[in-house]
Amino acid sequence: MRFALIGQPNCGKSTLFNQVAGYKAETGNFAGTTVTFTETKVRVLGDVVELVDLPGTYTLLGTNPAERVVLDYLVDKPVDAIINVIDATHLVQGLTLTLELMELGRPLVLVINMMDEAKRQGLKLDGEKLESLLGIPVMPMIATRGQGIREAFTRTWHIAQEKRIPTPKVYSEEIEKSVISLKKELEKDNYPVSRRAIVVKLLEGDPVLTEQVSRKIPHVLEHIQKELDVLCHQSSRQAVWLIASERQRLAREMARKVSSQQQTQLTLRDRLDDYLLHPFWGYVFLLAILGLFFYVVYGFGKMLEEPLLNFFNHLDMLILNALHANGFIAQVVSGAVQGISGGLAIVLPYLVPFLVGLGFLEDIGYLTRIAFMMDSLMHRMGLHGKAIVPFILGYGCNVPAIMSTRIMEDKRDRFLSAALSTMVPCAARLAVVFGLVAFYVGPWAALGIYFYNLLIIAITGRIITIFLPEDSPGLILEMPVYRWPTVKTITAKAWFRIREFIFEAWPILIIGSVVLAIMNYFSVTRYLDALLQPFNWLLGLPREVGTPLIFGIFRKELSLIMLAQAFGTTNYAAIMTPQQMVVFTVFVVFYVPCLATIISIRNELGAKAMWAISALTVVVATIAALIVRLGFLLF
Amino acid sequence: MVNLLQVKNGYWVKVVNVAGGVGMERRLAQLGFLPGNKIRVIRSAPFHGPLLLDVEGREIVLGRGVARSVMVEYL
Repeated sequence: MRFALIGQPNCGKSTLFNQVAGYKAETGNFAGTTVTFTETKVRVLGDVVELVDLPGTYTLLGTNPAERVVLDYLVDKPVDAIINVIDATHLVQGLTLTLELMELGRPLVLVINMMDEAKRQGLKLDGEKLESLLGIPVMPMIATRGQGIREAFTRTWHIAQEKRIPTPKVYSEEIEKSVISLKKELEKDNYPVSRRAIVVKLLEGDPVLTEQVSRKIPHVLEHIQKELDVLCHQSSRQAVWLIASERQRLAREMARKVSSQQQTQLTLRDRLDDYLLHPFWGYVFLLAILGLFFYVVYGFGKMLEEPLLNFFNHLDMLILNALHANGFIAQVVSGAVQGISGGLAIVLPYLVPFLVGLGFLEDIGYLTRIAFMMDSLMHRMGLHGKAIVPFILGYGCNVPAIMSTRIMEDKRDRFLSAALSTMVPCAARLAVVFGLVAFYVGPWAALGIYFYNLLIIAITGRIITIFLPEDSPGLILEMPVYRWPTVKTITAKAWFRIREFIFEAWPILIIGSVVLAIMNYFSVTRYLDALLQPFNWLLGLPREVGTPLIFGIFRKELSLIMLAQAFGTTNYAAIMTPQQMVVFTVFVVFYVPCLATIISIRNELGAKAMWAISALTVVVATIAALIVRLGFLLF
Repeated sequence: MVNLLQVKNGYWVKVVNVAGGVGMERRLAQLGFLPGNKIRVIRSAPFHGPLLLDVEGREIVLGRGVARSVMVEYL
């Protein structure tokens, strides 16, 4: 059996999913965190059920690729029951999607989530009454605390067994007439969802379905146009609007019958935006919050990096002394130790506080506020505020950043935000910035690199915009309410991302370090170094950085850890001047995104975009690093 | 009839229609920009930033380009 979770953005589908699946799906308090579907197996009444979490969507008429996934999934895969999750505090909007889902001809359960939030706002809902009005089961839930989940699944299992198909609500007479007339055209064919649903989508002008149906029945286009003309003539409004208005009218009527509002007092939470979105103080708070974030990550990381590095350097010396320093085995073991210490002493101390902090800002609902305040700035680089989402996710890892570009409607916006967000220093590059520059040169130099990075990204965006002019309409975004995240979701989310480093990246780091040690032993690295010699000469870097830079394409942390291997020490101060460290780090921050990112660019935007973005980053990295070097020479 | 950009902060207006192509109409219809629905401009971001609107109890952010295409009238 297969159940699908469907609901509008930010209604808590993924939170519910994670409650039953362990932490498998990314969650966040802003619209569009889930861009593709995640599946898991759960046990319901002794049965194994396949549960799928689909991206949030306002209607089944997807206008961006993330929303498109929902309808495509429903059409492609046999779903035995749909669990429709809606936010109790936005009942009318939620019910409009429910009405649309009722047309599909699949068993349906309505889950009203965030009952605690509704209670806080003084909203009272009569679930039983709604159940009788809709004719489908209605279940209350507080997904963040796990309340009501078991009951909802049991109920869904029962209606899936009974194959209880909901009866769609009746629209106004003129729409129903068109629906009946068009339905006759589809009579002979076999469709995965009900014919009524398809006809309504055709009237709403869904381009993909129209194309598919007209291929089977060529003359259907004329018929659709005729019905659209009739509808437009009768009501002087477009059919899309007419149907949307009908759904809203029905939803509003039901909501009025089942809910009552009591007086409540405005709390600090309701007034928070007066401060955090204030035209002046809002930006002061923004700088303070991001500054504090940076400071905590730096402070925490430094506290751990120093003793850990000392310990591993000591260990490395012991090993080298014990096994004749220049022997093959000694070199290989030392390579492995440096790989382990790189992950434990340089990457994790910064990665853990960073990911916990980012998760907290996401869940509390602050990210969308940043998008709101930064929209006009983003326009200067040819994007709109929504592009802040891939940017901010990019600080964690570029791969989800690239995937999140799906929330943009426009193809050109997707390309540009993907190109620019690959230049955002991800957690791996954060390790290089902090482990090398902050540690040896000073925290201000590290902060300087971050600002310099933003400046270069803005200039690059500006230049690309000259060739690819901005033509998208701009920002359309729902502002989430502030929510206090639970410790459980924050830690689960951070662990979800840290786990990826520990099990996927770290082994590669260790292997890479060992491979480099072997290559060093047989003097192969000399040839690799020669390959990058032109860059090193241009940027004034020691020739040994060539091999680490090439390995850095696999994983960005490798460029730092291999550096230790290439020079045979983790005391970077002995081998590079502070200026060289800064130039090297700037180059590492910008040049070719890691392999995983390159692959996800190809998956999302195609091979052409992948090559274009990779080439672009090398050019930008060289220029950006050269500017820094010239700056040092002049001042 | 004015567009949303011309509405001052704190005022309530009623949607008349959305000009700007089928895609835009559909997207905005999903978010509650339907003829007759009430909207309040809560605040606008500085430096010609986007508008924060109350649309039927939900807070929606619209960039200025989009807001210009929403035609409304004062209540």
